[in-house]
Amino acid sequence: MSELRPELAAIAGMIRPGTRVLDVGCGDGALLDHLVRAKNVDGRGIELAQQNVNACVARGLSVVQGDADTDLAEYPAGVFDAVILSQTIQATEKPAKVLKDMLRIGRRVAVSLPNFGYWRVRASLLLHGRMPRTRTLDYNWYDTPNIHLCTLADFIGLTQEVGAVISEAHTLDSDGRTTRIRPDAVTSGFLGPNLTAPGAIFLIKRDSASQG
Amino acid sequence: MAEHPRFTRPVTAHEADKGQALTFETLPLDCGRALTPVTIAYITHGALNVEKSNAILVCHALTGDQFVASNNPVTGKPGWWVSLIGPGKPIDTDRFFVICANVIGGCMGSTGPADNDPATGKPYGLTFPLITIRDMVRAQKLLVDALGIEKLFAVIGGSMGGMQVLQWAASYPESVRAAIPIACAARHSAQNIALHEVGRQAIMADPDWHGGEYAAAGAFPSKGLAVARMAAHITYLSEAALQRKFGRNLQNRASLSFQFAPDFQIESYLHHQGASFVDRFDANSYLYITRAMDYFDMAEEHGGRLAEVFKCSPTRFCIIAFTSDWLFPPAENKIVAHALNAVAGNVSFVVIDSDKGHDAFLLDEPEMFAAVDGFVDAVALEAGIA
Repeated sequence: MSELRPELAAIAGMIRPGTRVLDVGCGDGALLDHLVRAKNVDGRGIELAQQNVNACVARGLSVVQGDADTDLAEYPAGVFDAVILSQTIQATEKPAKVLKDMLRIGRRVAVSLPNFGYWRVRASLLLHGRMPRTRTLDYNWYDTPNIHLCTLADFIGLTQEVGAVISEAHTLDSDGRTTRIRPDAVTSGFLGPNLTAPGAIFLIKRDSASQG
Repeated sequence: MAEHPRFTRPVTAHEADKGQALTFETLPLDCGRALTPVTIAYITHGALNVEKSNAILVCHALTGDQFVASNNPVTGKPGWWVSLIGPGKPIDTDRFFVICANVIGGCMGSTGPADNDPATGKPYGLTFPLITIRDMVRAQKLLVDALGIEKLFAVIGGSMGGMQVLQWAASYPESVRAAIPIACAARHSAQNIALHEVGRQAIMADPDWHGGEYAAAGAFPSKGLAVARMAAHITYLSEAALQRKFGRNLQNRASLSFQFAPDFQIESYLHHQGASFVDRFDANSYLYITRAMDYFDMAEEHGGRLAEVFKCSPTRFCIIAFTSDWLFPPAENKIVAHALNAVAGNVSFVVIDSDKGHDAFLLDEPEMFAAVDGFVDAVALEAGIA
């Protein structure tokens, strides 16, 4: 079993042992496999790419072929302790709906995403006048699956809009290494993570006060 | 006491394992009648462990039988699922106790329309009660109970066998640890019913059918049954597979004959399928079993809400579909996966890219083997089975 990349290890750190977890866009199942084996979770996955689904099932994981945009709506409320969306929200058609669905079916939601506010992205567009290509966003504009890119500040705005609060935050550097930060530090000051971090991981949950 | 099964078709391979049969006092049926008595012919492979926790029930398709992993005594051919089941195979008979029973209504030793009705001493024919998929499963439960197995490790099957798998999970959820329904659906579609009706009408239109009492008349509706099989066989393949295998190739000739004798390879292939089928299958069984499939609609008694069927199901599911299957397309299989998602059921759903159509589940499909292998291993690990 190969070692989890740091981003997935950080997400795994947010998962409570023995709970029921849904990994949305679970890819080849590396994280799910780790959670099942190391944390004894009741792990389920949804994955769009059929080849990935088949690979997951062949390694013994409970994964269905499905689309986060349409298929999360079927799940009943509150059945998962945690729902994971790793590097996928920017590729969904309706990120707000996906986020709301995840907050409905899971008590806690872990989301990792690339930061379009990262200074290299900003500089690339400013200096070259071309759509940015970076190590974390390595696509041409015409063949990128990332149709809804946002900055970390934008994402935090969306969490507030859907009535969620951030309970844990980590920045991701360009090598995928993680650093835990205070949630309110993400958007603090011009030189904060919204400018300096290529990506981030957030653990969010429904704001019990707002019921939004 | 297990007895030897009584086959209504002639046994040609005398050295083949003919399996066993058990007769039970009665089997109540969905139609309100009962089969009294009822015989279930079956075969087993491997050994039941001391905990009786390693039993896998295999459910066969419309024209299948219990000879899943050993030579068929009637046809002499290898078992229909030797690619998947056997020593060292994904369903490993060195590890699991594999049971496969002929469905009721069938013609390979389980009670069917060709058997004598004890009340009259004559073959049932059309006086045989209409049976359902749930009746087939209820009969299998009698057998499994008689073998002393409280909980099956897994139930697996394709096509009509997959329907039985789903019905097992619905009727006896506590008795099914894992369910592997392949190339099937939770209901028979209008198109599927239509295709079956063509087959039944072909049988009934054969003058040798004699209103179902062909045995008494010393006849057999071979032509009608062959046509039914030919029509059905087309639905088991895909257009791409037909094109790839046969195209417009001519059979044993250089040019068109300008006659109605088979010119094309696909024609003679279908003729062969029809002709070999009538040697091993009973026409009335074909009527009864196709009807059972037509009646299958799991959501019906729950107001169309399939999810209700699987509410709180403790069973772990692995649903497998094939891209070119137009009889039970991936979308139909996915309806079951979605229903299980809706109750937070434990489900895997695999769609396998294949151009071989519905019959792909019987063929060499490495991705299917890998899925079954991985799934079975994971469940075995959970269940503590070595």
